[in-house]
Amino acid sequence: MKTDIILCGVGGQGILSIATIIGEAALKENLYIKQAEVHGMSQRGGDVQSNLRISSDPIRSDLIALGGADVIISMEPMEALRYLPYLNKNGWIITSSAPYVNIPNYPDMEVVLNDLKKVDNVIILDIEKAAKDNGVPRSANVILLGAAQKALGIEYEKLEDAIRRVFGRKGDAVVDANIKALAIGREAQK
Amino acid sequence: MKKLLLGDEAIAQGAIDAGLSGVYAYPGTPSTEITEYIQESPLAKERGIHSRWSTNEKTAMEAALGMSYMGKRALVCMKHVGLNVCADPFVNSAMTGTNGGIIVLVADDPSMHSSQDEQDSRFYGKFAMIPTFEPSSQQEAYDMVAEAYELSERMKLPVLMRVTTRMAHSRAVVEIKDEPRQQNELNYNSVAANWVLLPANARRRNDEVTAQQPVLEQMAVESKYNQYVDGPDHSLGIVASGIAYNYLMECYPNGCAYPVLKVSQYPLPKKLVCQLAEACDELLIIEEGQPFIEDMVRGVIPFGKNVKGRLSGELPRTGELNPDLVKRALGLPVEVNYEKCEDVAPRPPMLCQGCGHRDVYTALNEVLREYDNPRVFGDIGCYTLGFLPPYKAIHSCVDMGASITMAKGAADAGQWPSVAIIGDSTFTHSGMTGLLDAINENADITVIISDNLTTAMTGGQDSAGTNKFEAICRGLGMTDEHLKVVVPLPKNMPEITQILRDEINYHGTSVIIPRRECMQTLQRHLKQKKAKENKA
Repeated sequence: MKTDIILCGVGGQGILSIATIIGEAALKENLYIKQAEVHGMSQRGGDVQSNLRISSDPIRSDLIALGGADVIISMEPMEALRYLPYLNKNGWIITSSAPYVNIPNYPDMEVVLNDLKKVDNVIILDIEKAAKDNGVPRSANVILLGAAQKALGIEYEKLEDAIRRVFGRKGDAVVDANIKALAIGREAQK
Repeated sequence: MKKLLLGDEAIAQGAIDAGLSGVYAYPGTPSTEITEYIQESPLAKERGIHSRWSTNEKTAMEAALGMSYMGKRALVCMKHVGLNVCADPFVNSAMTGTNGGIIVLVADDPSMHSSQDEQDSRFYGKFAMIPTFEPSSQQEAYDMVAEAYELSERMKLPVLMRVTTRMAHSRAVVEIKDEPRQQNELNYNSVAANWVLLPANARRRNDEVTAQQPVLEQMAVESKYNQYVDGPDHSLGIVASGIAYNYLMECYPNGCAYPVLKVSQYPLPKKLVCQLAEACDELLIIEEGQPFIEDMVRGVIPFGKNVKGRLSGELPRTGELNPDLVKRALGLPVEVNYEKCEDVAPRPPMLCQGCGHRDVYTALNEVLREYDNPRVFGDIGCYTLGFLPPYKAIHSCVDMGASITMAKGAADAGQWPSVAIIGDSTFTHSGMTGLLDAINENADITVIISDNLTTAMTGGQDSAGTNKFEAICRGLGMTDEHLKVVVPLPKNMPEITQILRDEINYHGTSVIIPRRECMQTLQRHLKQKKAKENKA
């Protein structure tokens, strides 16, 4: 198997914790992993992305080629569109619907949603609302991960196990909240 | 054991496992995580490995030399422009040579994701006659560290290890050793005269190091990191170095049809390059950074052979490589299914909400509106973002510490008001000496040391001068009359603007220190405090 993933959002939205869970699941499966991250100046409220590649065969490039991504997971709807040229023909976009407006020229939300709907495979989710409504306000990003599970090609239980290992140190309450969030995301795939 | 590690972390782990005794560094993207990893490592703690931040790259390099003098292994880490700061001890470290091994790890930043230039550190290695390693994968980075220390101790020379942003900040699974090597014992084995670079000693050392160069080149020819792999199609031969090798092989998952020379150890193995040139009609050079190999190859191979690369335009002359650029250079198709979305707006980085620098710029802008042609000389840190809207508050940013010295030079030229704004960590890194120049002449400048109690830009590392700034300024000769401390908060705006106005109007050197903790570290500290309370 081989899945090329672009994780994106705005600096500070926590895309790297999604990457950590996927990476943990992949490591356990003895898959090869490459994950290019963004550190430094751009983390200060600017656009951020991470290229995450997992494969059963050795991976060469740390970066994904144009037209190469199988999934774009985005914490922000306009940010999902920024990486469109990287999406492959059958690729999926899984994105939060909540705009993060910290620039004066943020496009009209209807325009953004229209552009997203032009993509063949797209899941748009109000993860912030879903997280609050379900009593897991700090796990919105894991809801997004749950919604991306099929597109990622990783078995659901493997992601659950990874969550247990990643959050185990923080106690049962945190683990349970994130497992619940993952399940909420899974429902959105149907 | 297998571990998922950033390139930076693989290097750190490699150094610990190779018997490191001390890491010396100043934070700088993309090199910061190396030192942070060692600071957090239980084994490093157990072994007493020095890992506290240095005040700047020059003090770091010199401390590493001292540790090497005593026979122990040292690691110096920095971003590429940090090598400029420590160029003096770096170049001279080849003259002194080493006793314990030294690796100078420099992380270059092509495309300038977080930097002011895209200089290629391999030139420094050649310039200083120091052997250079350039890993192509995280695993290679880990393995190379141990070998670089061996080479350093065998040849009695420091080794330069050059990585780039994508290597430093990309994770991969790395197989690490189960048994770390023992640390070196303190010893007095080196030739004492080598460390005293009086001309007579330095001339001898220069001859010795020059004589070592053919040996180092032969090592590069035989290195397992420099591989010549033949291919059936000799119409093209490819030289690919460091991470560029990955982009090349990404294009050919089933193996490359052309002969490929992978280069990860320098001096450039000329023999292998000539072998490739003789076997192939044309050459393509793929390297991250500046055309370092390409320039040399054009002077190495027989006349009349076509060499393609960054200088000929097959690859862009500047900027970071990626798989798509390499595909184009090889004449392979790049498939795009979805065009670029024109509705997407750029989202530049900005100062955090609630950041004290914001209040400083708000006050400064309000006051400077009262003057004709004010000039604000900026520096390196989060506050460089003050150049962007809405503040548009600074008129320069060149290198660490340049705010104060440039403000002074401008004042010398007759500029008024001439204001310098510099962060706390940058001030101790390279601003203090400039302030002494200003104070000695009572230059007509206003220096703002915007103190957020941390090295914020790189993620909140300790700042060398915390709690010492007033004492430092007094020690340099500032009197309390023109040394003011304020708390940058909106409610203090009248006080801050009045102090700024008064000190600008004072025709001599004044220092204002707005002090409030960085929002990022504040949130981290509050979280830690809460976690502690929950446990208790």
